[in-house]
Amino acid sequence: MSADPHTDTHGAAVDTHGHDSHGHDAHGNGCAPAGPKRPTTEELIARKAATRQEIEPGADLMTISIGPQHPSTHGVYRIVLDLDGEIIVDGRPEVGNLHRGIEKLCENRTYHQIVPLTDRLDYIASFAMNHGFCEAAEKLMGLEVPDRGRYIRTIAHELARLSNHILWLGIHVMDLGTQTFFCICFRDREYILDLWEMLCGARLTHSFARIGGVAKDLPDGFEYRCRKVMEFLPKRVAEYERIVKNNRIYYKRAKGVGVFTAEDCYAWRVTGPPLRSAGIARDLRKDEPYAAYGEVDFDVAVEYNADVYDRFLVRMKEIRESCKIILQCLDQMPDGDFISKDAGHVLPRKSEVMRQSGAMIQDFNQVFRGPQAPKGEVYRAIEVPKGEMGVYIRSEGGGKPARVRFTTPSFYHGQALPALAKGEMIADMVAIFASIDVVLGDCDR
Amino acid sequence: MNDAIAQLIFLIIKAALMSILVVTLVAFIIYFERKFAGFFQGRVGPTYLGPAGAFQSFGDIFKLLSKEDIIPAEADKRVFKLAPYVMFIPAFLVMAVLPFGPVGGTPNLFGYRFDYVIANFDSGLVLLLAMGGIAVYGVVLAGWSSNNKFSLLGGLRAGAQMISYELAMGFAVVGVMVMAGSMNMVKIVEGQSGNFWDWYWAPQLVGGIIFFIASLAELNRTPFDLAEAEQELVAGYLTEYSGMRWGLFMFAEYVNLVVVSGIVSTLYFGGWHAPFTVLDFIPGPVWLLIKIMIMVFIYMWVRWTIFRYRYNQLMSMGWKVLLPLSIANLAVTAIVIAIVG
Repeated sequence: MSADPHTDTHGAAVDTHGHDSHGHDAHGNGCAPAGPKRPTTEELIARKAATRQEIEPGADLMTISIGPQHPSTHGVYRIVLDLDGEIIVDGRPEVGNLHRGIEKLCENRTYHQIVPLTDRLDYIASFAMNHGFCEAAEKLMGLEVPDRGRYIRTIAHELARLSNHILWLGIHVMDLGTQTFFCICFRDREYILDLWEMLCGARLTHSFARIGGVAKDLPDGFEYRCRKVMEFLPKRVAEYERIVKNNRIYYKRAKGVGVFTAEDCYAWRVTGPPLRSAGIARDLRKDEPYAAYGEVDFDVAVEYNADVYDRFLVRMKEIRESCKIILQCLDQMPDGDFISKDAGHVLPRKSEVMRQSGAMIQDFNQVFRGPQAPKGEVYRAIEVPKGEMGVYIRSEGGGKPARVRFTTPSFYHGQALPALAKGEMIADMVAIFASIDVVLGDCDR
Repeated sequence: MNDAIAQLIFLIIKAALMSILVVTLVAFIIYFERKFAGFFQGRVGPTYLGPAGAFQSFGDIFKLLSKEDIIPAEADKRVFKLAPYVMFIPAFLVMAVLPFGPVGGTPNLFGYRFDYVIANFDSGLVLLLAMGGIAVYGVVLAGWSSNNKFSLLGGLRAGAQMISYELAMGFAVVGVMVMAGSMNMVKIVEGQSGNFWDWYWAPQLVGGIIFFIASLAELNRTPFDLAEAEQELVAGYLTEYSGMRWGLFMFAEYVNLVVVSGIVSTLYFGGWHAPFTVLDFIPGPVWLLIKIMIMVFIYMWVRWTIFRYRYNQLMSMGWKVLLPLSIANLAVTAIVIAIVG
């Protein structure tokens, strides 16, 4: 019974630190919370060591290749595992199966043409990617986004986060063996996708952001429907928590599994919900506000146990916070333009292009020559649903960037999987991989 | 025609009828499973073939039969071909000992005695457990012979799972055996005659729950579908199987579902007895069928509701919780029976 010590230690972790599934809301915003429930780093490291099994050198190992065609690799991720029985001794991740050369493609496209390419990075939350690139391009060009544009961007970004987290939840629980709940999540994601359809007509690859603002104003009736959905989603989250959070099997499968302390997260550049589940309230929406995040009130979701279970809790909180942010944005929605009037860098409205000569010239210039960016280089990082996404642009002047580089969270999360899963079992690896939320389009670019 | 020949003819008829019935039933149970899954998940399930998609399974069988039979080049071909049958046959054999109506008594058919059981012998319960033990060889052999690491892990998991659960299951069943004072399935059912509160589920509540949990593991269904855990092992022991060989495994799994439902109904829910004695005019096989379908529904319900256990959690649950509980259950049952008589 070589597997037994593993179980014992899991059980111990559950017994000693288990009862922290309630009353976290007071902790938000990253201020140091009081209370005995918060484990110290030493405790986390001890817990991590306790849940993971040491394999004595010289054991007879089996090498197994998980992926690229495997049901739970969320795309075409591949990891070659060395197994002792079912315990993971080591793993070598391999990425690039979905490499489409997006960064290279960016080099001979105008800035406007790059926006649809960024959709294909993280296609689950494509607006977040559009947004990141547009923020960087605007920084390069020194563009100001009108207030209404910023608010619409915030709403859109949070819609992307909602759809990402709900989909994540469905896939995460499916990786733990239940398929019905996956369908429930898909049903609820449909409401978000309907909103997206209203907003820009697309459901997956939105390309909704434009350099200088967004593509369209909010359509009629959007506010009403959006409010309905945002008021109803927190109830759904409560339902998810009833089904998943309090489920004994989920608890056993997720609690204490894949502990990754804040130091580990920094070492592997793991950001987003996995970092926040380790007690670090780092959220670029709060730390370096962009769009309208500085003007709305929300909490950063933080948990302290750094395991799969807490990553789930963090994401559930984030869904609630996203709903809050969207409702606030709708309340505070300013009037005015949704896209900048800067004729040198922004696409004109299509309705004006055929009527006004100035707009037509602007359109011609923007489409054929691109927005004329100054020489220089910028880096802009924003908080996308999966973590921190950075965009680096180097410009030699002209309408096309000389070099574009995306640093996307999935890439770093994917590389950390062996460190996360070492000493755990295959079944845990599946749960851990789901919990760090990797999308291969985002990873391989 | 003497009685022995008549019994032989009856036996053949019973065996043939039972097989045909179960095969047909399984086809519809697969359809029900898909419909129920759709119902649980807010989908519609199959709709095209037959009324409300009722003949979907037959369509699937024809599709599977027409598929190319792929055997991996490096596989142990003989074992690879044998494995589906090793799983398939024991499932059918168990049905021989399940009584589906009254046994013994006066001649009731053309002047001959027609027993509503295929094989009435004293160690029926042992056969039942033995066949459950043999069926797992199908999984282990399939996993081993495929020459695929995922299959191998699936097969090993099935083996470990079987060892962990068969013991608790066995001890749980012994409780029933003590109650009935016999290992003969017919006697066990006779011991439960009367209304539904006379059935063994009430005195053997703990044993019944243990048996139910163990049977989930036996059936390879969620939360214990570790042997083919799709998200972990691709398809576990089934990874290399395709076409009708894969179909045989699936078929065996559903035959097992029917059979285990039948066993639970027989051991704990009065077998063919009506829940109230006033309803005795409805024949026994109908009651057994109703009970089986209810149990099948419960198994489906469980499958489409909950998460999967991890392999070592299942083992520790089997050894540390279910086994001691089932032994305690047996001890309490034995003491009570010894005192009350």
